[in-house]
Amino acid sequence: MVAIVNGRERPLAAGVTIADLLAELALGGRRVAVELNRDIVPKSEYASRPIRDGDRIEVVQFVGGG
Amino acid sequence: MRVRNDPFVLAGREYGSRLIVGTGKYKDFEETRRAIEASGAEIVTVALRRVNITDRSQENLLDYVDPKQYTILPNTAGCYTAEEAVRTARLAREAGVGTLVKLEVIGDPKTLFPDVPATLEAARVLVKEGFSVLPYITDDPIACKRLEEIGCPAVMPLAAPIGSGLGIRNPYNLQIILEQSQVPVIVDAGVGTASDAAVALELGCDAVLMNTAIAGAKDPILMAEAMRQAVEAGRKAFLAGRIPKKLYATASSPTEQMIE
Repeated sequence: MVAIVNGRERPLAAGVTIADLLAELALGGRRVAVELNRDIVPKSEYASRPIRDGDRIEVVQFVGGG
Repeated sequence: MRVRNDPFVLAGREYGSRLIVGTGKYKDFEETRRAIEASGAEIVTVALRRVNITDRSQENLLDYVDPKQYTILPNTAGCYTAEEAVRTARLAREAGVGTLVKLEVIGDPKTLFPDVPATLEAARVLVKEGFSVLPYITDDPIACKRLEEIGCPAVMPLAAPIGSGLGIRNPYNLQIILEQSQVPVIVDAGVGTASDAAVALELGCDAVLMNTAIAGAKDPILMAEAMRQAVEAGRKAFLAGRIPKKLYATASSPTEQMIE
């Protein structure tokens, strides 16, 4: 299946969760926030929220700004 | 010497520094870290952006700016609608640095002036959701009053356009805002050099927020230190109470017992 992660198509194995995706991106334990189809996913649900084909995911972090 | 018993109270917390600094436009994170340290700031603004998932070698800003040491103030920079700003604020809160947010809803890319109605709309939503909303706003006393009524724990009028370095362009509007406000007034944007920061504090503003004036200086670390001193000097001058301005001279030396 394919999900859209930060605007780019990303092939993912079936049954993958948000936690799996973050681990794959080496972001496990980092201070990030995640939206799944425009809904914020609480950290407590990362491991239980499955990603489905066509889902749009945003992974954001803090960067320099004024 | 620091003035005793003169804390800057923002959203229920006390700070020793009245300088809030941004983290944008630095050469690298190490320079960011050193500039913040030199500025003496305790509150630091950050932006929220997508993680670059194609280049995972990138370091993380918060490895250099420790949230345990600094109050992290996420902004909604780059948002042009209330909806985008609310979405960004919610994500920032979820990223786990607390409920403070610097609300920016931009109305125009050339001036980066705020969209006032959209800022009010976003502030209403976010205050209801429990955010401590610090709004970047035009130096418009009515807009500031409305934001205070909505429940913002401070108002942050601009002194001049973001990154312009034009300094305090309308001290009289700031004076009116200061007179009417029951919440702290923080000058946000427009400061170019140390004297601008001093003027803001001399007027009675509670704090000043800047980024480009430090990050864009030839020597950001030295400018950060200059800003720290200017903010302290401006605050002390405000507390000390300046002399009234007069058109004509008054001699400083005795006019009696002159040699004849």
